Amino acid sequence: MANKNFQEIIDFLKNYDGEEVRIMEVCGTHTAAISENGIPSMLSPKISLISGPGCPVCVTVTAVIDKLVELSLRPDTTVLTFGDLIRVKGTNKSLADAKAEGANVRMVYSPMESITLAKEDPDHTYVFAAIGFETTTPVYAMVLKEAIEQDIKNLKLLTSLKTMPEVIRWVVNNGGGIDGFIAPGHVAAITGSDVFKELSDELGIPFVVSGFEGKQLLMTIYALVNMKGKKGIKNLYKDVVLPEGNLKAKEIVDRYFCPSDASWRGMGTIPGSGMMIRPEYSSFDAGSMSLDEDHMPPGCSCAKVLVGKVKPYECPLFGKSCTPDNAHGACMVSTEGSCYNYFVSGRR
Amino acid sequence: MCVAIPGKVIKIDGTKATVDFSGNIVTAEAGLVDVKVGDRVLVHAGCIIQTMDDKLANEMEELFNEIEDLTV
Amino acid sequence: MKVTMAHGSGGESTSKLIESVFAKHFHNEILDRLEDSAVVDGSSKIAVTTDSFVVTPIIFPGGDIGRLSVCGTVNDLLMSSSTPKYLTCGCILEEGLDLDALDKIIESMALTANEAGVKIITGDTKVIENKGGEPGLIINTSGVGFIREDVEVPGPFNLKGGDKIIISGNLGDHHATILGARMGISNNICSDAAPLVEMVSKLLDNGVKVHAMRDVTRGGLGTVLNEFASSSKCQINLYEEALPVSDAVKDFCGILGLDVMYMGNEGKMVLSVAAEDADRAVSLIRSSKYGENATIIGDVVKVNDDDDIKGVILNTKIGGKRTIGLMYGEGLPRIC
Repeated sequence: MANKNFQEIIDFLKNYDGEEVRIMEVCGTHTAAISENGIPSMLSPKISLISGPGCPVCVTVTAVIDKLVELSLRPDTTVLTFGDLIRVKGTNKSLADAKAEGANVRMVYSPMESITLAKEDPDHTYVFAAIGFETTTPVYAMVLKEAIEQDIKNLKLLTSLKTMPEVIRWVVNNGGGIDGFIAPGHVAAITGSDVFKELSDELGIPFVVSGFEGKQLLMTIYALVNMKGKKGIKNLYKDVVLPEGNLKAKEIVDRYFCPSDASWRGMGTIPGSGMMIRPEYSSFDAGSMSLDEDHMPPGCSCAKVLVGKVKPYECPLFGKSCTPDNAHGACMVSTEGSCYNYFVSGRR
Repeated sequence: MCVAIPGKVIKIDGTKATVDFSGNIVTAEAGLVDVKVGDRVLVHAGCIIQTMDDKLANEMEELFNEIEDLTV
Repeated sequence: MKVTMAHGSGGESTSKLIESVFAKHFHNEILDRLEDSAVVDGSSKIAVTTDSFVVTPIIFPGGDIGRLSVCGTVNDLLMSSSTPKYLTCGCILEEGLDLDALDKIIESMALTANEAGVKIITGDTKVIENKGGEPGLIINTSGVGFIREDVEVPGPFNLKGGDKIIISGNLGDHHATILGARMGISNNICSDAAPLVEMVSKLLDNGVKVHAMRDVTRGGLGTVLNEFASSSKCQINLYEEALPVSDAVKDFCGILGLDVMYMGNEGKMVLSVAAEDADRAVSLIRSSKYGENATIIGDVVKVNDDDDIKGVILNTKIGGKRTIGLMYGEGLPRIC
């Protein structure tokens, strides 16, 4: 096996004729990388890849968008955000719609930029749309740390922070029979691979931690096909992912954030699946509590898509009234969304 | 969900590091890791989230070793 | 010195601005008459196009909005197998714009026009209030080209089975330059803004069988090739390994989660060329200014049945196939 060459892996995946295997990737960046590398075209029909709830934009409920829109329309407030979130519709409008009406919405590359902006204009309030998973939460923790150290009072976060383990349990208990998980590589860089080992032991399903190169992903899929039916973990991203993760990052997250329930688009509230700013730092919270309302457009199957019960193209709206230019569900908005990726790459 | 690519630290100034990605220079927060000039690091949303162990860089051989026990 | 509302009043200040900036740089025997309209020699068949340019920052590595406004219009004329001859220049300046910056931009327009062999024959300037933010300017250029009677490049509907797809150089440089400046990522990437006169002339003068030709601007290669494929009812196979992209642009895309297939360019064209002429076409482009990285990136397969239209397929480095669809949205950076 050690001398196996890569071509054998490719041949195996193409010609696999064993029991059907359903593999879920729970990271939007993996979803995008799988499409970009054309991996679905390299797999036997017996191997299905299912895109899970790992795109933070896609799992953000409408109440959060509505709140951001409301904040951005205040003359004394600017909402800072990552690019993709701008186009997601709330109940009535998206941040892009609000911006067109003159709201203060600004796209940034890094949450750290909000420190500089807040210092430059102390009479103006800056709210960062703090969405993300375990990978991004430490970045927000660093923002809070600096804001506290520099006594910055005009910077707040509107958080919609999610964590992986609880939603993976939820998917397994509510979804359509997943045989293996591609564990999110950059979440694991923070949390460590042990978290996924524990999940594997508990759920009896294999997990393989993967990087984002095409070859790494093919190796990961190969490993999962062969691990079907057995618990176990492999780490194919060892240069980045340690068993214990990034302890420094976990420590700082712990200092400013605490676990909470979280609302997921189309899936409802999942206990313990999120993070909130700790009560002692609540002055930095722009009103993130109880933003649970979620208006799914009629017919939208985002919820079923996110847990792998239906493929994007099985949604009645897919490609008809729901396209990237006129998206009903967030899965069609984000370039990491499963519907978006299926749509633009013609994946079936 | 988490776009991040490897770059090389070329300068450190307090908790900020200057990271080079094939000529693209980004100032990144370095407070989440112990890092020195020359390290390969993974940057996500302007923050170094992990240093990369060059010895374990994703050589195919390493990957094959990890899945050695799997039989077809 | 800054631009003020008085510069747009039509009075003394306007005349001074025109003399000291526009007429100084643009002067030629036609424009110098400063008449209500320019009167020029014609041709039996002409190509006419217009384009407006809005970009922040207005001056960037490798170019500026002035160079851009000439290249964009000149390249559009070239793609209709015409020889670009005349340009007009309409400038809308924002109050507060630095006059030195304006001078630099107008000088750059003049130099680029000179390089492309076109004359700027008439122009107009207005000033508008600054609505906040760094004061900028908007430039509109219209262009006239004389249709070449000796050759014809039919257009996107004329791809033939077996054709080779050729790109004239590296992808994504302009997009990465502009977005890098906006996102605070410094790099050595330069905009590719360039007039493609030399390479197009060489191809057509040497009788290369060009079946379709398009400049690759906003929307990127993916968008142009989709138009080719759907207009010509064919499938275009691209090879990821063959796509010319610099390491700096690759990593830039990696940082922001962008796809180079949809990155904008301002000095690139893509062609569908008869297979037997493809190598010669590549050599001719490579021997032209701005064409040193030209290469074959794919081929064309004709399909007969409408249902079989497969569009653009990228054969990835690891051996996968990926459909390249149209671009949606604004190509926003993807962070998480």
